[in-house]
Amino acid sequence: MSRRPISVSIDRLRGRRPVPSPAKLPGDDRECPRCKSRFRADEMRRNQFVCAACDHHFPIGARDRLDFMADGGDWTEIGGELRATDPLRFVDLQPYPDRIRSAEAKGNTEAIVCAELRLAGQACVAAIMDFGFLGGSMGSVVGERFAKAADHAVARGIPFVTVTSSGGARMQEGVLALMQMAKTIVSLDELADAGLPFVCVLAHPTTGGVWASFASLGDVTYAEPGALIAFSGPRVIEQTTREKLPEDFGLAEQQLVHGHVDAVVDRRELPARIGRLLAILQQPPKAQPQSLATQLAQNGTDRAASMARALPQLSKKLMDRVMGEQPRRPGDRW
Amino acid sequence: MGPRRGPRFVRRVVDRFAHSEQEGGDVWEAIQLARHQDRPYPLDYIARLMPDFEEIHGDRLEGDDAAIVAGVGRYHGRPVAVIGQQKGRDAQDRAFRNFGMPNPEGYRKGMRLMELAAKMEIPLVTLIDTPGAFPGAGAEERGQGGAIARSMLMMLRLPAPTVAVVIGEGSSGGALALGVADRVVMLENSTYSVISPEGAAAILWRDAGKAKLAAQAFKPTAANCYRWGIADAVVPEPDGGAHTDHDGAARLLDGYLSRTLRELGALPVPERRRLRRERFRRLGAHRELPPDSAALMAQGADRAD
Repeated sequence: MSRRPISVSIDRLRGRRPVPSPAKLPGDDRECPRCKSRFRADEMRRNQFVCAACDHHFPIGARDRLDFMADGGDWTEIGGELRATDPLRFVDLQPYPDRIRSAEAKGNTEAIVCAELRLAGQACVAAIMDFGFLGGSMGSVVGERFAKAADHAVARGIPFVTVTSSGGARMQEGVLALMQMAKTIVSLDELADAGLPFVCVLAHPTTGGVWASFASLGDVTYAEPGALIAFSGPRVIEQTTREKLPEDFGLAEQQLVHGHVDAVVDRRELPARIGRLLAILQQPPKAQPQSLATQLAQNGTDRAASMARALPQLSKKLMDRVMGEQPRRPGDRW
Repeated sequence: MGPRRGPRFVRRVVDRFAHSEQEGGDVWEAIQLARHQDRPYPLDYIARLMPDFEEIHGDRLEGDDAAIVAGVGRYHGRPVAVIGQQKGRDAQDRAFRNFGMPNPEGYRKGMRLMELAAKMEIPLVTLIDTPGAFPGAGAEERGQGGAIARSMLMMLRLPAPTVAVVIGEGSSGGALALGVADRVVMLENSTYSVISPEGAAAILWRDAGKAKLAAQAFKPTAANCYRWGIADAVVPEPDGGAHTDHDGAARLLDGYLSRTLRELGALPVPERRRLRRERFRRLGAHRELPPDSAALMAQGADRAD
């Protein structure tokens, strides 16, 4: 295997995908910040990192989330080979590559994991963000993995689902990180052209450049209870405008009131809820291929139908001209 | 028209910045110039480039946002739509323009104009100059994030040629909302960054006083953005900077703009939209692990190109 000169942490990738186990969780016991109930790690995991007493949603890693969401815990990663570089040779309080290294040591390879999976029986592509990796920040790799995942959804003709959890654009990649906002928008435009649904789940927190790009453009948008959803965080707003914000400012429940999300959904109910939505949106199965003449006759164009009978080899292009240009979407029948 | 246009000039600007950066400190100088209070703002350029200009007001929903000006004008004998972020020059005007920080209404006003531009296939020129979208509780409740996202999507879909010009400071998503164009160009002394240096200093160094240090780390100059492929060209400014000579700055911009709109206009609509998508799809800096890694095969990541 070849080694690249700037290897951030290829070593840990040589092993298998890290299987999250209770022993690997940071600390064994967790205390709910809201109701102060304490849970053992295995209890947390059994309840998908939701407090069994008060339903507080703890942060959750992208790989754990995929394991919980996918039917049978079975998912195939897309774009896992993509890794960050340091285009600005950026140093703030510590060099950017060091930050990546310590983030990778916690068990993920980037702030997003994309995969093909089934959600309650529905095949789809999911892009799941991971707040544990540099605050879920969107850098070049997040943008490229998102784009690759969307390409995959278009190629397979299946819906695209995303779960966001991010502080926004990744400062350490400067303006290149900013451009990832536009890049995700390009992917959404391609999904739209392919006639595929885009479902968005906003987990805590969804702020900055992620909320101001793909996260706010879901065809249907769910939010996890208590998730902070904002372009500017409460602290920034209070500093800039000197206004005192209410406790629940920008939280999912408030965003529902203001009309920016469609529903607040418990994490444990998400797969079933998304699966049902995708089932509703599913196009009827494609009709059996019919002869050209029958297809044309069904469209009520007798002249075209007789032409087609006369010209069995009529090309598709010619047929388009006869019928007039009609936009076709997957699943549409003639 | 400026005598110093074209690739050779761009290279000269790049070289100059490359040289000055080694000495340090000049990135900060570029930021000061980009924010100079005498620098021409969108309405200054519009007055010089388009004698006939009709400004529109309001988003037909909440109100009018003075931080964004939008309208249609006659440019070299053709209609052109213009959206720009407008700062104020004196204290009163600055407050009126909200320091060039748009609210959702501003972006929605811009989208109203984009609808017209789409309907009539009118080219769109955006003039970017903002410290960022306004961070306020009201702006959040009225959908700041969604307004920025939708503005980008709408720009991406426009049929006619689009050119985004960073004329001052382009900071954060508030700037990019008007930046998804066929060509993105920066004036010589403009900056384009993920966040203002002050904001970055507060977040990364936890000390707003470290703005200079943050500026050095981000290197948001036109020359660097040109190197990274963020900017397609650097438009020269008059000697001493655009603030010394508004007429001269407008002439130099006019030279680039008229030529570019003509070039872009020669492309068929689907081709233009495809190239626009590709331009933004390409941006970023990442690497791929070698696909022969057994671990990666196990992960099903063997589809690397």
